[in-house]
Amino acid sequence: MNIVVCVKQVPNTNEVKTDPKTGTLIREGVPVIINPEDKVAVEAALQLNGNVIVLSMGPPQAEEALREALAMGAHEAMLLCDVKFAGSDTWATANALAAAIKRLSYDLIICGRQAIDGDTAQVGPQLAESLALPQISYVQKIEINENKIIAHRELEDGYEIVEAKLPALITVTKELHKPRYASLHGINSAYEKEIKVLTAKDIGADEKTVGLKSSPTKVKKIFTPQGKSAGVKLEGDIKTVCQKLICILKEKEIIREF
Amino acid sequence: MIKGVITEFANNEIKPYAADVDEQQKFPEEQIKKLSELGIMGMSIPKKYGGAELDNVSQTIIMEELSRACNATAVTMGAHASLACYPMVNHGTDEQKERFLPKLASGEYLGAFALTEPNAGSDAVNVQTTAVRDGDDYIINGNKIFITNGGKADLINIVATTDRSAKHHGLSIFAVDAKKTKGFLLGKKEDKLGLRGSNTQEIVFQDMRIPKENLIGGEEGKGFKIAMEVFNSGRIGIGAQGVGIAQAAFDECIIYAKEREQFGKKIYSFQALQFMLSDMATMIEAARLLCFKAAYLKDQGKKYIKEAAMAKLYASDTAMDVTRKAIQIHGGYGYIRDYPVERFYRDAKITEIYEGTSEIQRLVIAAELLGRGF
Repeated sequence: MNIVVCVKQVPNTNEVKTDPKTGTLIREGVPVIINPEDKVAVEAALQLNGNVIVLSMGPPQAEEALREALAMGAHEAMLLCDVKFAGSDTWATANALAAAIKRLSYDLIICGRQAIDGDTAQVGPQLAESLALPQISYVQKIEINENKIIAHRELEDGYEIVEAKLPALITVTKELHKPRYASLHGINSAYEKEIKVLTAKDIGADEKTVGLKSSPTKVKKIFTPQGKSAGVKLEGDIKTVCQKLICILKEKEIIREF
Repeated sequence: MIKGVITEFANNEIKPYAADVDEQQKFPEEQIKKLSELGIMGMSIPKKYGGAELDNVSQTIIMEELSRACNATAVTMGAHASLACYPMVNHGTDEQKERFLPKLASGEYLGAFALTEPNAGSDAVNVQTTAVRDGDDYIINGNKIFITNGGKADLINIVATTDRSAKHHGLSIFAVDAKKTKGFLLGKKEDKLGLRGSNTQEIVFQDMRIPKENLIGGEEGKGFKIAMEVFNSGRIGIGAQGVGIAQAAFDECIIYAKEREQFGKKIYSFQALQFMLSDMATMIEAARLLCFKAAYLKDQGKKYIKEAAMAKLYASDTAMDVTRKAIQIHGGYGYIRDYPVERFYRDAKITEIYEGTSEIQRLVIAAELLGRGF
């Protein structure tokens, strides 16, 4: 089974700083890692014992993320790296990834649910659309049965079991697996493997569908939302608590006496 | 990549158990198993024998990161990788390497090195343990104290004298398959100030019969030279350990200084505290660079004896000074076991003692500066 895993290199922090002028991420000086749920995707692929190809799009330094996936045990790695891809939004990113994947033979595509920097959770589903594949998002458990995948899809209050024909695309959550640590042997061999660096031309990408200019999303403004303030805890017996609650609700004019 | 992986691994898989390992004097068996899975137990062993064959700078980084997370675990691994594997890798016969290195690399075998005796420590030449040739065997008698991993190890390199009149030219090292050898006995297990989860035990040899094929290098009289080499190399690791302890203590101070308020202000806003933190960070960085320099010289195949001794001397000083200040910064909380800095303080002290005391390091440095026999 050939499995393609899409990974993104992200800044290693949840406190990503953005450039107020351009609305894009400030990457300089921030340590980078494989997006945590993409690492889960790599782990999932490795556990399915297939031939694992990791794919990323990004600047040249994204090679390091692919190198780490190779160290975990992935067999091949490809980096889409071209100024023509720069500034792609999720749609344009999915188009570029799709162009590269079309040229491969694959049975399953695994993506992380979402990246910790942009938090959009869109690239996976858009990639499936672009390739006209069945997709199952928010996957927390998988089973492969001949040419079918049966997945538990995480919901807010439970899960649903969804079946799809292969080839298909799934996006996985961290509940699926705890990713392994790369061993020293894995790290050694990762530096002996080649990472294929591909340009827009190499993958035959339609230039009208990739890059900043082709991206339908325009970032107007980026700001840090104010955190929710801590709630108020009312204590005492039921009667006093209810009375206190009614008082507060009245003060806020949420309820009124007639 | 090694740094990133090890840091994450150490934080998630080693550090959370460090307090327990100390408190219960619990040998970090599980942690060593995990280190084996990652190939860290074989980090100093050639790929040919199943090791990772890492350069010395990478090994230094790993030692620092593990020490930062849990010292008892780090020293268990360190004694294995440096004291047990080094003599075998660098001086073992091909047959010995084939026999022992794959097991040491996979972690199936835990290693140790036994030199110290009641009357031989810094004075290594005064080893009383004897090895007497008897046909195709050697018969070893004596006892060794303070042996790191002594009660847990499968392979122990034992320094014994094959010819006492020849003094240091009469010392030889024997690889002992401890758990399979008759006459190998365990003595007192030590109850220590720090590194409480690490196994430190007396080992006793009573007419212990060892095949002559287990004489490391196959030639008598090389023991002293090998032992000195082992210590030169091991010093970089102890230096890295000092840096790791100091870094762990420093990290706690930054967290605490940002939390704790006195006189209506966070305590980090006081210059007295800022000066302490600045001094600590500077010492740590300097100690780390000394370790890296010694490791780098070793990687380049250059002489590194002086630099390794300086790295160990300065890093152990740093560990003591930084952990002492760390308790001071924590005030009363630093003195109680709810906070980890008192453990770091207890763990730090040994770095000034084992694998050559700070006094011995100064002698080594002086000898390098002034020439032997100045």
